[in-house]
Amino acid sequence: MSDVTYAAVSVGDPLPAVRQREISRTTLALFAGASGDHNPIHIDIDFAKAAGMPDVFAHGMLGMAYLGHLLTAWVPQSAVREFSTRFVAITQIHAVVTCTGRVVEKREGNLVALEIQAADQNGDVKLAGKAVVELP
Amino acid sequence: MIDRAFIGQSFEPLTVTVEAGRLRAFARATAQRDPIYWDVAAAQAAGYPSIPAPLTFVFTLDLERADPFYFINEMKIELAHVLHGEQAFTYGAPICAGDEVTLISSVKDIYDKKGGAMEFVILETSAQNQRGEDLGSMTRTIVVRNPQ
Repeated sequence: MSDVTYAAVSVGDPLPAVRQREISRTTLALFAGASGDHNPIHIDIDFAKAAGMPDVFAHGMLGMAYLGHLLTAWVPQSAVREFSTRFVAITQIHAVVTCTGRVVEKREGNLVALEIQAADQNGDVKLAGKAVVELP
Repeated sequence: MIDRAFIGQSFEPLTVTVEAGRLRAFARATAQRDPIYWDVAAAQAAGYPSIPAPLTFVFTLDLERADPFYFINEMKIELAHVLHGEQAFTYGAPICAGDEVTLISSVKDIYDKKGGAMEFVILETSAQNQRGEDLGSMTRTIVVRNPQ
């Protein structure tokens, strides 16, 4: 855990990037069980194909959990006031997701606004998010 | 088309216990690297009474229902046509293993684009613990792709 302070951060500062391992079918099976999201479109290729998809694909909330790791690797979780994302594209099976972010605004009350994203190994953005953290 | 009469409707509240084992499974499944999310001693050293729930965990708590897709099914939406469009959280008191969390969800809006080809449902969920403390809220937007 770092000791990020309001005084020390500047607009434009990057967050340390967090790269995850390749998303395998096992990753999705374990996430389905652990997250309680049993939607078969993420774990059952027959269901996915019947729904018109070429294959299963990652739960959006798996990508958001990865974005959460980006935030809590930078500041303690208790500093996070708001956290949101758009799921802009499907994260395909076998994707290698890297989460990045930067400071976009310093506000009154020691609040710092961030833009964050999760992209795959081709640089295609999958999640485009925002967060507000309160720093000491 | 989804019945717009669902706008404003609240669903049955859910009270669920935050289980340490589930938190550990979630940490493993998401390749968590910080031990406070699976080790009680590490969590306590960081100032938590027990393992904290990670930032997105309220979403998982709300799936602890007999029917995890309750609002989708009540609105007679075809699950195979559903995509998760957006998700937002605000935060209050921390949630830790052993807490009893009560979630109340309601439909904030339903609207469509592209002449009804895509419909959007916005569901807001508030969370409180057993001491009545505000744990924050979450807002999810689902996208329904209606076959033409």
